[in-house]
Amino acid sequence: MSTTLTKPEMSAHGEWVSEPLRRDVGAELPDWYQQIQADSWHNFLETPEPVRKDENWRFADLKKIRFERINPVGSLNEQGSFVERFRSNRVDSAIGHCLFANGHLIESDFSQLPDDVIACEINEALANHSELVKEHFMQDPARLGSQKFAALHGASTLCGVFIHVPKNVVIDGVIEIHHVNSGENTGIFPHTLIVAEANSKVSVFENFETAGKGDSPITVGMVDLDARDGGKIQYASFQNNGPNARHMQINASRVGRDSAVKNCFVNLGSMWVRNEAVSRMMEPGADSQMFSANLANGTEEYDQRTLQLHEAQHTTSDLLYKNALYDDARTIFSGLIQVGKGAHHTDSYQTCRNMLGSDTAEANAMPGLEIDADQVKCSHGSTSGPISEEEIFYLMARGIPAERARRMISLGFLNEVIQRLEGDDVKEFIFGKVEAKFRAI
Amino acid sequence: MSQDQATLDAVTIDDSGDFSFPEDYQHDAGTGLNEATLDYISDIKKEDDWIRDFRKKALKIFNDKPMPTHWASKDLENIKFQDIRYYLSQGQKPTRSWDEVPDDVKQTFERLGIPEKERKFLAGVEAQFDSEAAYSNVKEELEKQGVIFVNSTEGLREHPEIFRKWFGKVIPTGDNKFSALNSAVFSGGSFIYVPPGVKVAHPLQAYFRINAENFGQFERTLIIVDEGAEVTYMEGCTAPKFETATLHSAVVELVAMKDAKIQYITVQNWSNNVFNLVTKRGLAHENAEIRWIDCNIGSRLTMKYPGVIMKGRKARGEVISIALANDGQHQDTGAKMIHAADETTSNVVSKSISVGKGRSTYRGQVHIPKHLKGCKNNTECDALLINTNSRTDTYPAITVRGNKHATQHEASVSQVSEDQIFYMQQRGLSEAEAMSLSVNGFINDLAREFPMEYSVELKRLIDLEMEGSVG
Repeated sequence: MSTTLTKPEMSAHGEWVSEPLRRDVGAELPDWYQQIQADSWHNFLETPEPVRKDENWRFADLKKIRFERINPVGSLNEQGSFVERFRSNRVDSAIGHCLFANGHLIESDFSQLPDDVIACEINEALANHSELVKEHFMQDPARLGSQKFAALHGASTLCGVFIHVPKNVVIDGVIEIHHVNSGENTGIFPHTLIVAEANSKVSVFENFETAGKGDSPITVGMVDLDARDGGKIQYASFQNNGPNARHMQINASRVGRDSAVKNCFVNLGSMWVRNEAVSRMMEPGADSQMFSANLANGTEEYDQRTLQLHEAQHTTSDLLYKNALYDDARTIFSGLIQVGKGAHHTDSYQTCRNMLGSDTAEANAMPGLEIDADQVKCSHGSTSGPISEEEIFYLMARGIPAERARRMISLGFLNEVIQRLEGDDVKEFIFGKVEAKFRAI
Repeated sequence: MSQDQATLDAVTIDDSGDFSFPEDYQHDAGTGLNEATLDYISDIKKEDDWIRDFRKKALKIFNDKPMPTHWASKDLENIKFQDIRYYLSQGQKPTRSWDEVPDDVKQTFERLGIPEKERKFLAGVEAQFDSEAAYSNVKEELEKQGVIFVNSTEGLREHPEIFRKWFGKVIPTGDNKFSALNSAVFSGGSFIYVPPGVKVAHPLQAYFRINAENFGQFERTLIIVDEGAEVTYMEGCTAPKFETATLHSAVVELVAMKDAKIQYITVQNWSNNVFNLVTKRGLAHENAEIRWIDCNIGSRLTMKYPGVIMKGRKARGEVISIALANDGQHQDTGAKMIHAADETTSNVVSKSISVGKGRSTYRGQVHIPKHLKGCKNNTECDALLINTNSRTDTYPAITVRGNKHATQHEASVSQVSEDQIFYMQQRGLSEAEAMSLSVNGFINDLAREFPMEYSVELKRLIDLEMEGSVG
């Protein structure tokens, strides 16, 4: 990180923003965080935009991130009707929930959570639980190509939730974080920070949508998941934005001794999506599961990069990413299993499956392995192909019309991922939305 | 003491089977690379102006292109291009009969263990000693069939009407930095033409060797197999050990016309100071088949990704690859399969073994563009790690457009199971023998793809490499 005092030059490719997108959050932000914001802004200016030759951006259509301008979010009018409209579109049985509109917290209800659990808006947490947040906040640098985006995120005003689950507390049920965004090229910076202490358990569902079809927010979200000493976290991100939105999420999981983290992305909307997920298995017994179900049509481009980082002995990880592609959609999957020196007895898997439903869809897969240890079991697999004609024939022979047979098989294809989640309410919610999008295709 | 005895005495043999002969070169372009070097090579070879221009253009591209270190090993930066000898030869035209071959060259072949008897059965032996073919003998029967089997200089000079059309077309000069380097300074290699319908019964072979300090070998091979014809080509190489790094950068182009079949077999066992940066690609027309069978055991750094462009309907491409990386070695190998027509199929099977501090890497590219139908690819790569500090990487890239194709890729990494070793030791095998048996089992199904004498050699080489790796 550079410490030069001279004012850095502007990016050669044009300015995304000329100053950090900040607003008054009505809370006193701690000095260490203000320092992070300042450093991040500096890094943002210093870091060049991704270029085609960058391996982390291989196959990506860089035109999709030539942002003319990222606009600050405006004030919110008609908040009342806003809430009414979107209140209905959430997991009803959630044990806690909150709603953000363009990064403003509209309402939240965490009253049913056990008393000693901390669950609050991130800026409030920065003010009131400064030390606790500091310990876990953005501890891992973005490694998979999006350093510039992460820096922009760090420099801007965040929205989102901090959840801290103390030792031995098991939260039964899911906490929902709901984001509704609108506007033209509006920059939204959600940050979710979840800490599961020893033998605790928590499940979080984050739900992104746009207010209207024409809205084109640019979301640059980050998620920090930290599970230690038998702690368990399930985090599922569900993105169903309108067709003009651009959505980016950079997730970092730190998995400690005998802990488990599940990280799931479901993408149905947005013109461009970039998901980066890094799981660090830091102590023996750590287990990471990463999965993703994506249904891409139109000219959508879903670009997903993952890293399974085994740093200690006796750790396990599994990854399953599935893409169903239609029309001119493109998907990119780049995954790497990295088994570090001395991380013996690692057990690691990685699978990417692409189902191509049109003649012009394009699936790119780059499954990778880097093994530097002994007594390792690692494998990866990737397949791309259409729905098997035999399967359709089988269903048709049983009286199911071809169109419906296709839909059933496609739905079943993505459902394999959805079923890996815990919590029937979350699974049903996602399944219903996926089914609805299939109907529309 | 006779001359022969003196030569024999000068042969240095160490325990790993490396040896060398005193250097006695009649032509030497000196070290370093500039236009004068190219002129020197062209003058010696009495080349046409178009080749001279081709070389000079290539040099410019080579100088302009950056090192591909943004994805490849940083070890490439250790190549000192100005310290390399770019041309060296015995100075004679390729000798035609066995009697004319210099004794010390014959001696070298002796050490390689090619039995005299076997040579009679091999269709033609193109033995490249350093950059010029020292021995070139195409059997009469092949000549009768109209098969042309010459070195690159002779090919371009005597048969331009056949070779010029495809020369530098499958692998353009600017394909990568090292194909540009080869295009600038190439010498030696084999140019083969097989006329329509001719099925060459015996494999064509070229043994070539590096035998001078700091001396790079830049052979150029172009094989054109006309409609319905078939050929198998084999190259095997070993190299004596040197103090400073040697660069080997070949370009191999294959052209299979309609219904033709080419099988290209390589056993690479350069010494551990050689940079082996090779570009190999085949162009398969309608219903043609190109198979690369590739085995990499030697060198310091090998970067080699044989490719097939399937240009005609129902063309087939295949890469079968075995890599063994020992201490100080990096085997960076893989395959490129470019599907450019309907119903084309490709298959990649790669197995690598990392021993000691060795590192093996698989890089693959499979590309199926839009509006094609019925393309299929299968890729399998398996890696075996022998010691705790061995390393292996896999980086495939698969692009599929459209819904009328099927691709699958699988890779796995594993160890030799302790149970297996224990079981074999119970039955009286030493740990090293058990390990060796296990490793040979791992590659057995691929080793069978090699011709018999090669698979025997392969097994011996693996045994040699595995020695002392256990414990």
